[in-house]
Amino acid sequence: MNKIKSIDDLRKMKKDLEFGMNIREKSNSPESLVQIRVAMATCGIASGAREVMNAMIEKIEKDKIPAVVTQGGCMGYCYAEPTVEVKVPGKDPVVFGYVSPKVAVEILEKYVLNGELIEGIIPTNYQSINQ
Amino acid sequence: MASYKMHLLVCGGTGCRASESAKIVEELSVEIKRVGLENDAQVLTTGCFGFCEKGPIVKVVPDNTFYTQVKPGDCKEIIEEHILKGRKVKRLLYEDPTTKEHIEDSKHMQFYQKQIRIALRNCGFIDPENIDEYIARDGYSALAKVLGEYTPQQTIDIIKKSGLRGRGGGGFPTGLKWEIASKNKADQKYVVCNADEGDPGAFMDRSILEGDPHSIIEAMAICGYSIGATKGIIYIRAEYPLAISRLKVAGRQCRAYGLLGKDIMGTGFDFELELRYGAGAFVCGEETALIRSMEGFRGEPTVKPPFPAEKGYMGKPTNVNNVETFANVPAIILKGADWFSSIGTEKSKGTKVFALAGKINNVGLIEVPMGITLREVIYEIGGGIKGGKKFKAVQTGGPSGGCLTEKHLDVPIDYDNLIAAGSMMGSGGMIVMDEDDCMVAVAKFYLEFTVEESCGKCAPCRVGNKRLHENLEKICNGRGTTEDVEYLKNLGKVIKDTALCGLGQTSPNPVLSTIEHFYDEYLAHVTERRCPAGQCKALKLYTIIADKCTGCTACVRACPVAAITGEKRQPHVIDAEKCIRCGACFDKCKFSAIHVQ
Ligand SMILES: Cc1cc2nc3c(=O)[nH]c(=O)nc-3n(C[C@H](O)[C@H](O)[C@H](O)COP(=O)(O)O)c2cc1C
Ligand code: SF4
Ligand code: FES
Repeated sequence: MNKIKSIDDLRKMKKDLEFGMNIREKSNSPESLVQIRVAMATCGIASGAREVMNAMIEKIEKDKIPAVVTQGGCMGYCYAEPTVEVKVPGKDPVVFGYVSPKVAVEILEKYVLNGELIEGIIPTNYQSINQ
Repeated sequence: MASYKMHLLVCGGTGCRASESAKIVEELSVEIKRVGLENDAQVLTTGCFGFCEKGPIVKVVPDNTFYTQVKPGDCKEIIEEHILKGRKVKRLLYEDPTTKEHIEDSKHMQFYQKQIRIALRNCGFIDPENIDEYIARDGYSALAKVLGEYTPQQTIDIIKKSGLRGRGGGGFPTGLKWEIASKNKADQKYVVCNADEGDPGAFMDRSILEGDPHSIIEAMAICGYSIGATKGIIYIRAEYPLAISRLKVAGRQCRAYGLLGKDIMGTGFDFELELRYGAGAFVCGEETALIRSMEGFRGEPTVKPPFPAEKGYMGKPTNVNNVETFANVPAIILKGADWFSSIGTEKSKGTKVFALAGKINNVGLIEVPMGITLREVIYEIGGGIKGGKKFKAVQTGGPSGGCLTEKHLDVPIDYDNLIAAGSMMGSGGMIVMDEDDCMVAVAKFYLEFTVEESCGKCAPCRVGNKRLHENLEKICNGRGTTEDVEYLKNLGKVIKDTALCGLGQTSPNPVLSTIEHFYDEYLAHVTERRCPAGQCKALKLYTIIADKCTGCTACVRACPVAAITGEKRQPHVIDAEKCIRCGACFDKCKFSAIHVQ
């Protein structure tokens, strides 16, 4: 272990370590974050949900997007898997179907960051994250 | 560093470890490897979540799934269903005591909704044996801030302004205490952390030390800088092996990082830390007895003044603070005095940790803002009285406190209101009692404890408490008179006024407050020889319901003192004079013909 020789050392160290706590910090205040839920049941996994989830998490970490990604069970849109539910604070949740890793990144860039709607939204009235 | 998508936080507190949480950590890790997700999900051991009664606890983040009573055998299902396929394991989720619903997200648990976590901020959140996690959450940043930006006096001023008061029982303003110690000149001063925690049923200090040991070390160093002390001592009871081991690990990590020792963070400030073990005597939690004990003498209190801040350990100025008091300090330094004082009531700022116990649905450790009402604590956080029974009283302040009743349910809880209501904050024990609890027996229970724990140095406490206890015993045994109740009141007051230390000065409180609030119950014992709660064995009256008795004589043979007589196949009778209330007849009777009360 390296000694912490100055106050700046400690600050630097904290910066480097912060990253590891990120998901826990985010879980503390999910309501103020964009909540993203990837359907991860067998149907989802078979059609690539895990890759979609990884792509989203990578993008969120890289661009420091205030969003938290969780996995959910089957949402009942097996025909449209992988599906992703996105809840922006203050807005109704939206479900996207047939999401590929590429579309996933697009959802973040266009819908989450800029509020633009993109294709692939499943019109629904279903149980959402906060109910 | 691997980029985990999920953390599985397994409680490693004393309660959950007793039910195999270490094995759960192992099993979860094995299962995660088996399904090939070791780079996606990480298993961590944390401190207590406060929900020990329903432990072992496993919390999954970021989706805030709160699994209770997890067994090692459940791990496979958790990993395969939840972590792999996103389906929460319903049967392990917390069930709301009133709605009977399984709650998926711990944010929606009533138990946590009214809590504000300052002292417990890291408990159940970080791995207490990993200093890096503490540092990642701003750990030691408060120490860095005071060393880099504030003078000792400025630091003291912040603590003063925050309104923080001692959490060890007395509620003395912490900043003022530090200021007094800082003004006393000496070649050596000491910072002492009181981790004796002798109040029966209390375990907040233990949980903080187990779940977040670094916060105490950091706060002690801040205190050391403020008062000009380079030595810190934690006085901890030897019965807390896990807390001791976590403190030792934390101390080693600090030394390796240079956060303890000479020239901390290159600022020229030196601070060293030592542990001292107590043998678990309640009186050793009293600060002067604690100091005597640390010096190697018998743990007996000494007369104050001189206060420890003038002449304490080894005759040097010594600042003694409680664990929970210290735990608040780094947060105050980082977030500011105004933030802290915005929480709470006019004269009691911040939060208080309580160990909620007794006849309540959610037993556990809670941290609530000062000013919350008993009603909110009992019915919302605590989920109400067990088994739908009726609330009767709540004891705060342990053996030094008193009981509060129905009419106090809406009083905002703070130091001054509790004292006005005849109880006290104490260290934070909160025992809820229902209609089945006899208040005379409750008072007797606490007196038993104080008689046992009195150090014997002064007569009012040594002799007086014994007399109080004998008297209560007499009343519970059905031999008391109304004069005995008056005697309890008078003697109680004398003990309070004349005992040397806080133990004796407060020990009559449980008696006095139960007499005040439940006088009728005392009267029933002494005038009617009746225990309304039906708890005092000697006052139970056993009779035979003639209609139900078949005269089988089973009870006659069971009674050890031949108190039951009657003709065969005719209803029998019990001679109340001879009956010793052992209940043998009740257990034997197949026809429910024995009536008790
Ligand atoms: C009989 C008795 C037992 C006590 N036990 C404790 C204890 O276990 N822990 C504690 O912190 N304070 C205990 N105290 C209070 C201490 O004397 C002292 O006031 C306290 O440690 C000061 O710290 P604070 O100002 O941070 O509360 C006890 C006092 C008495 C009279
Ligand atoms: S009050 Fe009791 S515990 Fe305190 S000094 Fe007297 S005998 Fe000892
Ligand atoms: S020890 Fe596990 S929740 Fe308290």
